[in-house]
Amino acid sequence: MSGQSQRLNIVPTVTTLGVVKARLVGATRGHALLKKKSDALTVQFRQILKKIVSTKESMGTIMKSSSFALTEAKYVAGENVKHVVLENVHSASLKVRSRTENVAGVKLPKFEYFTEGETKNDLTGLARGGQQVQACRGAYVKAIEVLVELASLQTSFLTLDDAIKTTNRRVNALENVVKPRLENTISYIKGELDELEREDFFRLKKIQGFKKREIERQLAAAKQFAEEKVVEKVSLQKGISINAAHNLLTTAAKDEDIIF
Amino acid sequence: MANRVQIPGRNSALIAMIADEDTITGFLLAGVGNVDLRRKTNYLIVDSKTTVKQIEDTFKEFTAREDIAIVLISQYVANMIRLLVDSYNKPVPAILEIPSKDHPYDPTHDSVLSRVKYLFSAESVASERR
Repeated sequence: MSGQSQRLNIVPTVTTLGVVKARLVGATRGHALLKKKSDALTVQFRQILKKIVSTKESMGTIMKSSSFALTEAKYVAGENVKHVVLENVHSASLKVRSRTENVAGVKLPKFEYFTEGETKNDLTGLARGGQQVQACRGAYVKAIEVLVELASLQTSFLTLDDAIKTTNRRVNALENVVKPRLENTISYIKGELDELEREDFFRLKKIQGFKKREIERQLAAAKQFAEEKVVEKVSLQKGISINAAHNLLTTAAKDEDIIF
Repeated sequence: MANRVQIPGRNSALIAMIADEDTITGFLLAGVGNVDLRRKTNYLIVDSKTTVKQIEDTFKEFTAREDIAIVLISQYVANMIRLLVDSYNKPVPAILEIPSKDHPYDPTHDSVLSRVKYLFSAESVASERR
């Protein structure tokens, strides 16, 4: 994969080094926090999953009992129950309200059901079996309760699933892309800075060497000059050539006999 | 980025139903049915004469409607439009599969639980109910 451990393209100076270091600290802290969030969300997820499984089972049994009650009512009140009920539908008396709950930073929807208006008790046309019909209605209302709870569990489940996926994606991105890139940038900048320092050092040393040599050369030149001056003086005094004077001074050790 | 999904915090949302006649009768008895001014209902009775296309259209309509929060669908009806149900992944409205009189609840076909099963390949849902 290209760009797996590239570095950022910036100028390698001391200030940018500070900036990138700060970013690395931020990325590390963010990574730890996101990991914690992902763990908390996963815990919630598993809890909800367990609840969903148990609620679905209970829903199965409740639906069975309510359809049983319906069969009873049909048996008692005759087959016309269906038509009567169908005719009598106007506006729903059972509705659901949705709230958002905040769980570990994720907004989960939750449904709760409530009755609005009064339940239509005017099932005109039902001559017999009123009690059975009421029992059936009660059973179905209970079933609705369970179903609403199940629905809210399911929606929170799906939302959590989504949130966990995004958080995990971010964790992985930080861990595998952002942090290595920043670390590589830091080592690159440090390398460049070291190299610049070495260059500087080297240049300094070279200049020092230069200067030293200059000084030595000057010293040597000055000594030469002084010697020649002495030689001139001797040759003037003695009336000998410069060369002879030179030889006098340099070759033999200083003879005590020679008096100036 | 956190709230990409718009969860309507509304005060009254309906429960829609797509099921066989008996189940619908029971729920209508409980008071879940709603017929609005334009004679649009929030339930669909599925019998031997309803076509798959009708069911699909109603399902799409229910999920697109703003005021429906839950859609109850019989499991054997859901099996008919399994593709549509499985590809639906919005949290609101919630799709709930309910058993019917002749078809008891079967968790292996439930769209939500089947998604969970592939999440936990080691511990499947069926193994939890031991």
